[in-house]
This record gives sequence, C-alpha cells and structure tokens, in this order.
Amino acid sequence: MPQSLAFDAVVRRFRDVAPAVDFCSLRVVDERTDLISVSRDVLESCGREADVGAMVTVHHRGGIGYAGTPDLSASGLRRALATAQQWAEATAGNAVTDFSAVQMPAPSGEYESPVTHPWESLTLAERVELVLSLSRALHPHEAIVDWGVSLWSIRSQSLYVTADGGRVMQTEHIVSPDMHVVAHKDGRSQRRSFGGRGLSQQGGLEVLDRVAFTERGPRLAEEALALLDAPNCPTDRRCVLLAPDQMMLQIHESIGHPLELDRILGDERNYAGTSFVTLDMFGSYRYGSELLDVTFDPGRSGQLASYGFDAEGAQASKQFIIRGGVLERPLGSVISSKRAGLAGVANARASSWNRAPIDRMANLNLEAGTSSLDELIARVERGVLMRTNTSWSIDDSRNKFQFGCEWGQLIEDGALTHVVRNPNYRGRSATFWRNLIGVGGPETLEVKGTPYCGKGEPNQIIRVGHASPFCLFRDVAVFGGA
Amino acid sequence: MQQTPMQQIFHSLTDHVTASMQAGEEFALRFSGERSDFVRFNHARVRQAGQVTQQALSLRLIRGSRHASAELVITGDPELDRAALTTHLEGLRESLPHLPEDPHMCLARQPESSAHVGEDSLVPAQEIIQQITAQAAGMDLVGIYAGGGIRRGFASSSGQRNWFSVTNFNLDYCLCLPGNRAVKDTYAGLAWDPESFDARLDRARTRLEILGRPARRLKTGSYRVALSPTALGSILEVVAGWGGFSARSLQTRSSPLQRLQDEARLDPRVTLRENGAAGLHPRFQGEGFIRPERIDLVTEGALDQPLVSPRSAREFSLQHSGADRHERPVSLEMAAGNLPAGDVLETLGTGIEIGNLWYLNFSDLSGGRITGMTRFATFWVEDGRIVAPIEPMRFDETVYAMLGDKLVALTAERELQLSSSTYFQRSTSSTRMPGGVIEDMPFPL
Repeated sequence: MPQSLAFDAVVRRFRDVAPAVDFCSLRVVDERTDLISVSRDVLESCGREADVGAMVTVHHRGGIGYAGTPDLSASGLRRALATAQQWAEATAGNAVTDFSAVQMPAPSGEYESPVTHPWESLTLAERVELVLSLSRALHPHEAIVDWGVSLWSIRSQSLYVTADGGRVMQTEHIVSPDMHVVAHKDGRSQRRSFGGRGLSQQGGLEVLDRVAFTERGPRLAEEALALLDAPNCPTDRRCVLLAPDQMMLQIHESIGHPLELDRILGDERNYAGTSFVTLDMFGSYRYGSELLDVTFDPGRSGQLASYGFDAEGAQASKQFIIRGGVLERPLGSVISSKRAGLAGVANARASSWNRAPIDRMANLNLEAGTSSLDELIARVERGVLMRTNTSWSIDDSRNKFQFGCEWGQLIEDGALTHVVRNPNYRGRSATFWRNLIGVGGPETLEVKGTPYCGKGEPNQIIRVGHASPFCLFRDVAVFGGA
Repeated sequence: MQQTPMQQIFHSLTDHVTASMQAGEEFALRFSGERSDFVRFNHARVRQAGQVTQQALSLRLIRGSRHASAELVITGDPELDRAALTTHLEGLRESLPHLPEDPHMCLARQPESSAHVGEDSLVPAQEIIQQITAQAAGMDLVGIYAGGGIRRGFASSSGQRNWFSVTNFNLDYCLCLPGNRAVKDTYAGLAWDPESFDARLDRARTRLEILGRPARRLKTGSYRVALSPTALGSILEVVAGWGGFSARSLQTRSSPLQRLQDEARLDPRVTLRENGAAGLHPRFQGEGFIRPERIDLVTEGALDQPLVSPRSAREFSLQHSGADRHERPVSLEMAAGNLPAGDVLETLGTGIEIGNLWYLNFSDLSGGRITGMTRFATFWVEDGRIVAPIEPMRFDETVYAMLGDKLVALTAERELQLSSSTYFQRSTSSTRMPGGVIEDMPFPL
C-alpha cells in the first residue's frame, strides 16, 4: 500500500491555527483499501482507494460546529476551523445541550491491530490467483448459476488531537473475505454465502486461516444445491437454534440498536428510529433470561471493531451491557451520557473524516455459556437450526422483528434431521430474549463482524463486530418461503 | 459556456493524466464532489451542525483488456493533486501485467461530451437554519437539513468530457408527538422558500392533531390498505435495490422479479420506466456511456427492458442501456392510475391508510415476498373516514400479489420524491410515484 500521511506535520499546523474557543479537536483519517473481486471466474475489479481527510470540531458558547476537509494545509485547516467556529456560534443557545459544559476527553495513547502475515506478504498476482482458484471451485454443477469471491483489505489510520494537548494514534488492519453461490432449479433460486461479509476481522492474511476461508467454497456450493431440493421451512411455533452467523444479526438489531443512547434521546427518530427502551429501564429491566450476558468489548483482539479510543477520545474498555438478563448500561458516548445522566461506553464513532461521530456499536458480544452444541440439539424435541442471515427487518423502535436465514435444518427428538429452505422467524425484542434457554460454550463461539451498519443523518456505514456462541430459544414463530 | 472552478480543476487533472499516458494505454476518470452543509435537529434544536467538502477521483487504467482502478481524494492544490495522480497511475501501471485479461471490459470509445451546470440559488445555510428553528419553535421537529453543491464528472482518453452540477437542498424531517408518533415530510428543491416551508409545517401540524388521538392496536390479519406515493415508492425501491430490474440479476436468476421472466405477470395497470430525461441525475454513467431518455422496465404488467450495464451487455450478449454497474434505476417512475387522490379514503373504505413504510426486505427473494413495517402517519380508516392512528404493524406479501391480483387502484396524481440519502455522498436519484389501494394485505405481527 502507498505510504501514509505525514500526521505530525498536520498536528503542528492544527496547533498553530487552532482558535481560542471552549473546545477544539482535529480528527485525521487516512484509509487505504485494496479490493480484488471475481465474478463467475472473471476478475471484475482490482482496485485501490486512498481516502484522506480531516474533521475539525468546535464547541463554543454552548454551540457545536464541525467542518470536514481534504485540504490538510495550514490554510485548509484554518478555513475548516473558521467554518466550524461559525457553526458553533450560530448554534449557541439553540443546541440540544450546552456543549461547552461537556467535559471532553484529552486522551493520550495508541492502538494497532496485531498482524502476523501482512497483506503485502502475498504479491498482487498471488492474491488474484488465490481468489480465482477459489472461484473455480464454486460451481461443480450446472445448477450453480452465479458465484463470486472477493478479498478486501483495509488499513485505516486515524489521529485524534485536541487543542488542549490530547493525542491518540490508531491503526486498524482489516481483511474481509467474501464468497457466494446461487443455485437455480425449476423457477427457484437458493443462495449460500458468508452473510454480508460476516467473516471480516482485524489482522493480516492470517484472518483467512482463522476463518478457514479457502476450505469453505465447495461446502457452500453443496449446501446451495441441497437447498434446491429441500422443502420449505414449516410454519408453526417451535424451538430455534441460531448459529453464530445469525446470532450476529440478532444481537445487532434487537440488542445493539435499541440500546444506542442517541436513539433513546430521540436524535434518530427521523431516520434510524427510536427505541422501545427508555432511560428509566437501565439498572432494573429484565431484557432476557438469566443466561443472557452481553458485553461491549472493543478490546477483543482481532475482532472487526476493536480499538483503544473512540472518535471523541474516550478510552475504550470492556463493559457489561446486560448481565444475567438485566439491562445495565446504554451504548452512549461522552456527550450522550452527559445529556442522559447515565454512564455509557466509548462508542462515539464515525464512518470516516467526512462524518461526525455518533453513538454506535463496536464489538458487541454475547458471552459464552456452558452447553456443547450436541447438548443444545439434544434438548430440542421439535425445532429448527438456522444459519447465515439473509433477511432482516425490524420496526423503528427495534421491537417487532422478522429475520430470515439461508440454511435451515430441522431438529426432531434431539437430533438434526432434514434440510429446509427459506427459514424465517419473527418476534419481539422485548420478549424474545426472555425465551433464551440455552447458550453454547466457548467451543461454539465464533467471532463475526460486518462492515455494513447504516445509521445517522448524514448517513454513515461503519464496521461492527459480534462474537456469539450458538443460542437456543423456545416458542418462536417460524415459517418458510412464498 | 464558462467553466466552473471545480470543472476547470477536473479538466486540468484530466489533461495531466492524458499527458501521462504511454503507448497502448487508455483511461477513464470519474469525479465526484460536493460541499454540503449538514444540520441535525432534535426537539427543534441543533444536535450537530457543520460543513463537509469532499472531492474524489476514480482513475481506471486500461491496457488491452487488462484494467485496474484507483480512487483518491483531491485537495484542490493542483501540484499536490497532480503528484497524487501520478503516484496512483504508476501503481496501476505496475499492477496491470499481473492481472488476467477481462473479456467483459468496456469503455465508451465514441466520445459524447456534455455539460449541465445548474444555478446556485441557495441562501446561506445558517439563514435557513434560523428560519427552521424559529418556525418550528414549540414543536418537536427532528431531522436533517442537507444543502449545497453537488458535482460529477467523467473524462476518458477518447477525449470525452462530461460535467454535471446542481446546487440544491433537502430538509428531511418529522414532527413528533410523545409515544413514537410522527408526521414525516421532505422539503427539497433548488431555492429555499420560507413561505413554502411554513405551509408544509401547517399541513404537518394538521396531521399531527389526528395523530394525537389514542392509538388503535390492530389484531394480526389481513387488511385493505391505501399506500401513499412514498410508501408505494418504498416497495419499488426495495425491488430495485435487490436487483429487480438488473439484467445481471435476471440473467443469474437472482432478481426478485425473476418470476416475471416465466409465467408471472403484474396487474396490467403497472407500468414502470426509468426516466433519464428527468434531468435530476447525470446522464453519463461510470464508464462514460450515456443513459437513454427512457427505458421501459415494466409495461402493462410484463417485464420489458432490463437495466443493462455495458459490462453485463458484454457478459450476457445483450444491448446495453447505459446503466451503472449496479443496474439500479435512478429516476424511477410509475405510470399514474385513474383514481383521484381525493377519493382514496372512500375507495379504501375500511382499512389502513399507510403514510410510510420502513425497513423493507425480502423474506423470500426468489419468491418476491417482501416484509416491512408501517411507520409515521398511518391511520385506521372506517367508511372512508380517518378514525385513529395505529401502532406499527408488520406486513409480509409478494410483489406479485401487491402489484398483481390484489391491486385495487392507482391514483391519477403522482408525487416526485428527491432522495434524501447521504451515504458516502448526497444522492441525486428520485422517484415519481402514484399512491395505491391494495386489498387483503397480510399483517402477521
């Protein structure tokens, strides 16, 4: 990848031109990506991207203003700071809170993802050949009508500086492998994939070994073909055993989003929505059964959304969000926590330099229990195992949901039996987690993540991580396809 | 016509790339930039306010049928930007010998240059924000103002030069009541008019009075529904977003409309087209090909012409229709029906009037079945009269039923909706939709 930005020079320029205001910060992002994408055995895309820019933020006289700019010269930063200060002055007295009264962190530290085998340890030709060879193994039968493989590498460097001396440097190295197949027969198509780049992790090329990337293709193809001949998932109420690549979505939509404090405070009511959770619930509300332990953990090595500090300089640490099924704390950043009067987490995050931080998930994980996968299956008289999210929809208060998976397999009298297609289920967040009756042990836990979490005005897409074991729920409404 | 400053910078950088070409090389260069004011509101007060200037180039280097691309931010400093382009160009040049040939590679080689420069009639954003907060004082207004200039450009080694610029605004907001009830509105255009905004606020305030009535909790089951143009647009947007009209998706049996390739048909009153002549979106696509003025996607219920990108045209031996790589419509229009908008509630009779739908997704993509939630101003109606707002309900139904045998009527009037999407950059896409009445819509949750 190309050399990175000269961060120190930018910091000097910022400190030289920073205005005399109540609070002022600079956040510089230098994100380099490489993408190799093969579709139906043809190299479709070989691309690089260098996204470099800065956002300055000013709190002054109670108001707030920011400016994003790709011009990191002294004059560029001066112009941006003037714009941010104008906005802060224009919003003084008319803002949702007195921003000057919020004690913003002045952090010091650094973070870098551990990397064993750098992306560049394979040549471009070797990376392309790897992707092409995996693609060629994805279509063993003429019923496979579409397939694709891609490898995406990201190196994201960010520098956060405050005018009062704070400075944090962070570097995330990410590898995101992806693969999909579509099989078709008699007017019906079935897809198998990794579910929205669900295998993305921080690290180097060793990520491919951690997720067994090169071994997964033939199995995806076999499963897509098997789904073509499978019956629809039955329509009734029964136990559901969710694999980690569906738990990722279940945690994300019906725990993560409803606990974002900016939603609870109403900031997102026009777009991403509000929450069925209210401020008075923290500390007492029974979110789920006693088996439910959920943590905010940006410190988990190798997970997709690991970091040392958030985008407003708050130091990250592992926090229980739900413990023993009881709601403990919201996903709220420094500013939201001050507005709400609740302790939060370090989750002010932005998609890049051109968007202001808002309350987001990072790594939001469901802690492992004690059951083996065999024990979970053995407990089920009538149920269905579901793998790999393919459909997600939830209401604007994050309560009534309906999710679908690519792969279903019935569980009858304690054993896995035949495959079913189009497995879907629906329920309410407020009651679903109380029906959690089994949590897999550490050996069933898988580390997942997706680069595609959308939220915010202006809109932002960020990376999130979700680690989870297999989980068993009782009395769930399930159904199949049209 | 005199060039704008950003246009001059883009053409200067294009000249630099042109001069850097070696024998046998071709290039395509795309520009995307904007200067946007973004202001978020909650309780009619400001949560975040600022301005973002962003401008980026996408350079594709081609030699024979090998190609590779690089995207880079440009700063506006000619020397720095030329140096960055040179660095990326050299990197691409080093990459090409290591890449296989691409049998589907395409580039517009018949130059069709164009320039569309819209006028800037926007007053400063801080004036607009003062008006919004003053006029909405005392109300719970939540949402975002996004406004400023949007620029798009294309250039290639064939000498083609395209430019598109527009300066506009989009206030996407809702007025809320306690208990998660709200009226949603989008006020967008080229010039801010305080009186127009005031009139819209008055209309929204009137709807809010009805929303204040005690909400009705409906039982699960099937109901007759009236969809606003926005709600009907949401259904078609999810169809389009998942490759409904995409030639590639149709060819690989991955389209939610794939059953229209076989026996299935929509109601004959359903006619959909991509209106390239709308002028709200650049006419040139990412490889320099020009969109036609009109593409008939669905005609009288039958699949007509798909959106075909030049790449899909090569891969599947089709005629391209100037579509971008994703083959999604950007100016989707549905033909009007014959039901006067004023008669919608009477035609609905007893059922649900749906102002907005939310979080749509396919619960069975291959079968064309969509699920989603009601949101914002959605009411229970009896004998053509609004009775009460309802709590959010989930629907789950196929597009073949909603726009097929369950379609009762489409309205004679259509509404233009300018997209308020700001993912990565401000969108220039739009829809023009009628409203509709649908019977027997399943609401299972």
